Amino acid sequence: MFGSMLWSIWQCRNKIIFDPEIIMGENVVQQSSRLTEEVFHAYRQKASDLPKYYVGTGIGKGTVPPVRRPFKRAVISDQQKRRELSLLRQAQNRCNAQHQARCLASSILSLQSSAPESEPEQSDIEIETVPETEYESENLSKDLDVRRASTLRGPEVRKWFARQLILPEWMIDVPDRLSQDCSDFNILYVLARPAGKRCFVVSSNGTTVSRQLNGSILHYFPSALPAGAKTRNGSGSAQSYCILDFIFHESDQTYYVIDTVCWNGYSLYDCTVEFRFYWLNSKLEESCACNAPSHYHKFRFSAVSVYNCDQSGLYAAYTGAVPYVKDGLLFYNKHAHYQTGNTLVLVWKDENCSQYAIDTDVLELQDDRKLVTSDDPPVLFGCLDGDFIEKSGVQSGNLLRFAIGDGGLSFVDGKLEKADLIYLGKSNRARTFADSYSKPVEIIACRSSNASSNYKYSRIRYAGYIPVHGSAFSSKDR
Amino acid sequence: MEVTQVLLNAQSIDGAVRNNAEESLKQFQEQNLPGFLLVLSGELVNEEKPVETRKLAGLILKNALDAKDQQRKVELVQRWLLLDGNAKSQIKSGLLKTLSSPVSDARSTASQVVAKVAGIELPHKQWPELVVSLLSNVHQLPAHAKQATLETLGYLCEEVSPDVIDQDQVNKILTAVVQGMSASEGNIDVRLAATRALYNALGFAQANFSNDMERDYLMRVVCEATQSPDVRVRQAAFECLVSISSTYYEKLAPYIQDIFNITAKAVREDEEPVALQAVEFWSSICDEEIDILEEYGGDFTGDSNIPCFYFIKQAIPALVPMLLETLLKQEEDQDQDEGAWNIAMAGGTCLGLVARTVGDDIVPLVVPFIEENITKPDWRQREAATYAFGSILEGPSPEKLIPLVNVALTFMLTALTKDPNSHVKDTTAWTLGRIFEFLHGSAVDTPIITQANCQQIITVLLHSMKDTPNVAEKACGALYFLAQGYEEVGPSSPLTPFFQEIVQSLLTVTHREDARESRLRTAAYETLNEVARCSTEETAPLVLQLVPVIIMELHNTLEGQKLSSDEKEKQGELQGLLCGCLQVIIQKLGSSESTKHVFMQYADQIMGLFLKVFACRSATVHEEAMLAIGALAYATGPDFAKYMPEFYRYLEMGLQNFEEYQVCAVTVGVVGDICRALEEKIVPYCDGIMTHLLKNLSSNQLHRSVKPPIFSCFGDIALAVGEYFEKYLMWAMSALQSAAELSTHTAGDDELIEYINTLRNGILEAYSGIFQGFKNSPKTQLLIPYAPHILQFLDGIYMEKDMDDVVMKAAIGVLGDLADTLGSHAGSLIQQSVSSKDFLNECLSSEDLMIKESAEWAKLAITRAISV
Repeated sequence: MFGSMLWSIWQCRNKIIFDPEIIMGENVVQQSSRLTEEVFHAYRQKASDLPKYYVGTGIGKGTVPPVRRPFKRAVISDQQKRRELSLLRQAQNRCNAQHQARCLASSILSLQSSAPESEPEQSDIEIETVPETEYESENLSKDLDVRRASTLRGPEVRKWFARQLILPEWMIDVPDRLSQDCSDFNILYVLARPAGKRCFVVSSNGTTVSRQLNGSILHYFPSALPAGAKTRNGSGSAQSYCILDFIFHESDQTYYVIDTVCWNGYSLYDCTVEFRFYWLNSKLEESCACNAPSHYHKFRFSAVSVYNCDQSGLYAAYTGAVPYVKDGLLFYNKHAHYQTGNTLVLVWKDENCSQYAIDTDVLELQDDRKLVTSDDPPVLFGCLDGDFIEKSGVQSGNLLRFAIGDGGLSFVDGKLEKADLIYLGKSNRARTFADSYSKPVEIIACRSSNASSNYKYSRIRYAGYIPVHGSAFSSKDR
Repeated sequence: MEVTQVLLNAQSIDGAVRNNAEESLKQFQEQNLPGFLLVLSGELVNEEKPVETRKLAGLILKNALDAKDQQRKVELVQRWLLLDGNAKSQIKSGLLKTLSSPVSDARSTASQVVAKVAGIELPHKQWPELVVSLLSNVHQLPAHAKQATLETLGYLCEEVSPDVIDQDQVNKILTAVVQGMSASEGNIDVRLAATRALYNALGFAQANFSNDMERDYLMRVVCEATQSPDVRVRQAAFECLVSISSTYYEKLAPYIQDIFNITAKAVREDEEPVALQAVEFWSSICDEEIDILEEYGGDFTGDSNIPCFYFIKQAIPALVPMLLETLLKQEEDQDQDEGAWNIAMAGGTCLGLVARTVGDDIVPLVVPFIEENITKPDWRQREAATYAFGSILEGPSPEKLIPLVNVALTFMLTALTKDPNSHVKDTTAWTLGRIFEFLHGSAVDTPIITQANCQQIITVLLHSMKDTPNVAEKACGALYFLAQGYEEVGPSSPLTPFFQEIVQSLLTVTHREDARESRLRTAAYETLNEVARCSTEETAPLVLQLVPVIIMELHNTLEGQKLSSDEKEKQGELQGLLCGCLQVIIQKLGSSESTKHVFMQYADQIMGLFLKVFACRSATVHEEAMLAIGALAYATGPDFAKYMPEFYRYLEMGLQNFEEYQVCAVTVGVVGDICRALEEKIVPYCDGIMTHLLKNLSSNQLHRSVKPPIFSCFGDIALAVGEYFEKYLMWAMSALQSAAELSTHTAGDDELIEYINTLRNGILEAYSGIFQGFKNSPKTQLLIPYAPHILQFLDGIYMEKDMDDVVMKAAIGVLGDLADTLGSHAGSLIQQSVSSKDFLNECLSSEDLMIKESAEWAKLAITRAISV
C-alpha cells in the first residue's frame, strides 16, 4: 500500500508491457489511488475470509496457483466484524420498529381474549379494581380495549403498552409523623429494586417473551414458567399463560420478579400485594423457574427478598447485600391491587441505594403550550411561550427534558405555584410518557439534602414510618 | 500515423511524450476501431519491428478485447462481435502466424491475444476451426512454435468455459498436451508449456477422469513429470497434482500411496518451490476432507455427493513426522517479513489443517516431538516444538488438549519473558493466543485460566507488549482472545482488577514509535475494542473514561496540514482505527440506559470530530466514521436531527460511492439508523435520499450486494415518515415490483439462491415498512392497487419452496401488514391467495418462534380483515 504512487510511476514508465491489465488513459494518480483501494480491499477481504488461508489467486496470465497465507499470521482485523455487528444491531432495531408498528401487544391481546371464563371481564379489570383510593378513575384512555388498541400506530401503541405496567410513584420526603404511628407500620412491604430494564414477561403457547417499558421486545426465550417452553411432557394447556412484572438485570442475565399479573391463566389483577407475593413465591418455587438455566429455561429467574417495612426490614433492604446492583427501594402497599399506570407503589432513591443520578425531569407539552406530568389528572408545571415553541421546533404531545434551576419549586398551600425549569431538549423517543409530579419534587429534595449525607441516611431510616397517603402525594388531592 | 514510433513514445521516460502518445493512440482507437486493431496486429506480426513495440501492440490489442471492469468488458465484447468480418479474420490470421515467430515475447503475447479472441468468439459458435488449426500440424512444428501452440491451448482453456468446447476437441487438446508432457519430449520448454497447459485443461477433463484407462494414463504422465530434471516442470507437475486433489478428490484412492511417496521425497529432498507444492497437495486434501466432514456433521441425511476417503487419517503416521521435520527449516527473520512463505510455514499450516481433519488422533503423534525439542539449546528446535503445539490446538477435543495446556501454560509464560530468541517468543505468544481462542471461554467446561494464574498471564502479556513489534502484536492477539473468552462471564469479570492496567498498556502500545511495523497499532486498537466490547457493568465507568482519551486522539489526527500522500494515508488509517474504537464504545455504552445517559455528554464533541474526519477527504467518505455515526444516531435518538444539516452531504457522498460498495452499503444502513432515530424529522432529507437510492437501484455499476439493503431502507423511510411517503410511492413500488418479479424464481447455485433470498427479504421489509407507515392514514387506499401483485409475489415465493427462515418470517409478516392496513378492502383478495391458507398454516406450525409470532399476528389481522 505504501508508496503506491511511486510504484505507479515506475510501472507506467518501465513495466507497462508487463502489466496485462493496464488501462490506457488512466493516469498515474488515478491508477495509484485505484491500486491503494484495491490493496485496501484485498486487506479487508483477507480479514473477512479468515478461515480460508488464501490471498488472491494468480493474477493475469500464467499458471500461478493460489498462495496459502501463513496461518501464524492470522491477523486480527475487526472491521468486518464491526460491519456485521452494525448490521445485526440495525436488523434488530428494524425488527423492533416493525413489532411496535404491528401493535405488538397482539400476543397479549389474544391471550386476554382467550382467557379462561373465570375472568369474564378481564378487559375492564384494572379500572374496576382501583383499590381504596378516593379517585375513581374516570379516565378511559387506559382502557384495555383490544380492538381499539389494535388500531393504534407507532408511538401510540408503545404508549398503550407501557400503560399496562405499574409505574412507581416517587417518594418525595419523609413525612413527619414518626415511629409511633403503628397503624401504617405494618401495611408496607419494602424491597431493594434491582437495577435494570423493567419489563413484562409473558409466557404462552410454549414460548416466553419479555417486552420493555416502551414495548420493544427484550428477549424471546424458553422458560420454566407454565406454558413458557415446549417441553416433552408438555405441561400446561393451551389456555394457560403467565404475565409477570420483572426487572432484567443485565450483568448477571437474570430476571428479578417484582410482581405478577397472571399466573397459569389465573388473573391476579384484583388480588392484594400480600397475596400476589405469597402466590408468586410459592408458585415460582413449584415451577422450578428459579432453577439454573437449562435448555428449556434460558434465563435465570430470581425472586427479590421482600421485607415488612419495619425498622429492621427497611434496614435490611437499604443496606443488605444482594446479588444485584441496587437501584433504589420499592415500597408496596400490602393491600393494594395491581394497577396500571401510576400507582401506590413508591420508589425511593438516594446515593446509598442507587448509583443512578436523578437530575432531569420529563414533561409533556400539551396543545395549549402547557407542560404537564403524567399524573392523573396531570399536574401543570409551566407554560412555554410561542416564540420558544417555534424556535425549538417542539410540537404538542412531545416529551421534553428539563433540569430544575436554582429557583426550584415554590408551593402555595401545598400546591405547586412556580417551577424554575431549564429546557434541555426532547426526550429519547423510547420514552412514552412524562415523569410523574413526584419526581421533580424528589430531585429538589435530594438536592437540598446534599449538604449532609448523614441527614440523608437518617431520613431513610425514618422512612419506614411513612403513611400510605401522606401529604407527599398532594398531587392526588388536587 | 507512424505506429511504431507512437508505440515507442508510449514507453518513453518523458511523461509529456508518453501522454502525447497515449492520447493519439486513444484517438485512433475511437475514430477507427477496425483500422486501429489491424494496425496493431500488423505491428505484432511484423518480424522487422522492435520487440518492445510488438509486445505493446499485442497488449493494447488484448486490452481492446477485455477489461477488469465488468461493464467495460461487456462493451468491448460487443464491439468486437460487431466488427467487420474481414478485419477480424485478417487480425486472427496475423495472430496465428505470430505464434511461430522466432521472437519469444511476440509469440507469448500473441498466444494471450488468441485466447482472448477465442474467449469472445467460441461461446458464439464463431471461429470453430481454431482448435483444429492449432493442432493440425503440431507434430511437425519446430519446438518454439510447438511451445507457443501449447501455451495458447493452456490460455484458451483458462479463458473459455468447458461447455463451449465439445468432447472431441477436448480429447484432441488433451492428447497434444499429454504428448508434449511425456518424457520422450526432448525440448524442455515444450514440456513446461504442456505441463502448464494441462493445469488449465484439467477442468475440461471431467469425462476423461471418469474413464479408468484415460485417468490412469493422465495420472501417470503427471507423476512422471514430477520427476523431470527441470525444476520448473517438477513444480508445474505438482501444481497439477494440487489442482487434481481438489477437482477430482473422489478419484484419487488408487494413486494416493504413490503420490505420498512422491510428495514425501519432494518435501525432503527437492528445491523449495517444488517442496512447497508437495506440502500444498496435502493441505488441499485436508481442505476437501474438512468440507466433506463438515457436511456430514451438519446434515444427518448425509446427502453429500462425495464420500470421505479418510486419506489424511490413513496417512498421518507417515505424514505428521514429515511435516514436523519441515518445521525445523525456519528462515532467519521470517517473523519480520510480512510476505515470507517457506517450507516451515507451509508445513505448520498443513499440520494445523491435519489437526482439524483428524482431531484427537494427531495429539500422540505430535506430543513426543514437542517434549523432545522444547527445551533444546538450538532455537530452531524450541520454535518448531512451540509451533507444532500451537498448530494442533484447533481440532482435537478440549478433553484431550486441556491436560497438555495445563502443563504447558507456565512453561509458555516463562518462555515468553525469558527466551533469548525472538522467533521463539513470537511463536510462543501466538500459541498462547491460540490457547485462549480455542480453549478458553464459556463453552469450555474446565477453565484453563484460574484465579491462581490469571494475574501472571496478564502480567506476562502486558510485559510482552513492550517487546519487538512482531512479538508485541502476537501478545495483543493473545489478550484479544483472553478478553473475548470472558464475554459472557456475568456481572463480575476476572479481568476487572486489571482493566485499567490493560487499557493503559494498550494505549501505550499505540503510541510506540514502531507501532506501524507488524500491524502493531492496528492489533493494539482491535484488542482495546475487544476488551471494551466484552467488559461488564463493573467496568463501565472505566470504559466511559476512555471516551475523552479517544476523542483527544482523534482530535490530534486532524492537526497536520498539507500532508503528503503517505502522511494522508497514515492519517486515514489511524482515523479508521479511532472511529472503529469509538463505534464499539458507543454501541457498548449506548446499550444500557444508565451509561448512555452519561455518555451522551460527549455526543456533540464526537459528532463534530466525525464531521472533521469526513472533511479530511475530498472524494470518498470514511467507512469507519460512517459506521460509528450509525451507532451514534441510534444512541442519540431524535436529537440527532441537529447534526443533519452538516452531516447530510457526507451521507449523500456515501450513497454515491459505487466504487467502494462496502461504504455505500454501510451508508444505506446508516440511513436506516437515522430514520429510526429521527422518525418524521427525516422528511426534509427524504427527497435527496430517495433520489440516490432509486438511482443506485437502477445502476449496473453498483455491486449487487448493496441492493437488498436499499429496499429494506425504503421500508425504514416509509415507517419513519408515514403517509408522507406518498411522494415516492409510485417509484418505490415500481422498483419493488420489478425486483419481486426477478426474485420469485431462483435458479442457480447456492450462492445465487442465497442472494435471491436476501433480495426477497429486502423487498418484503420494504413492503412491511410501507404498509405500516400508511396504516390508519386517510391515504391507505393508495396502496390497494398494489395488493394483487404483492399477494402474487408471496404466493410465488411460497410455491418455489426455497425460502430461508428469515424470508419466511418477513413474508408472513407482510401478509399480516397487508391485511392489517388494507382491512376489508383486501379481504377477498387475501382469501383467494394461497399464502393466506397453506403458507399461513405452515408458518403457524413452524418450529421457529419468530416465524410463529409473525404468523399469529398475520392470522389475527386476516381474521379482522375478513370478518369486517
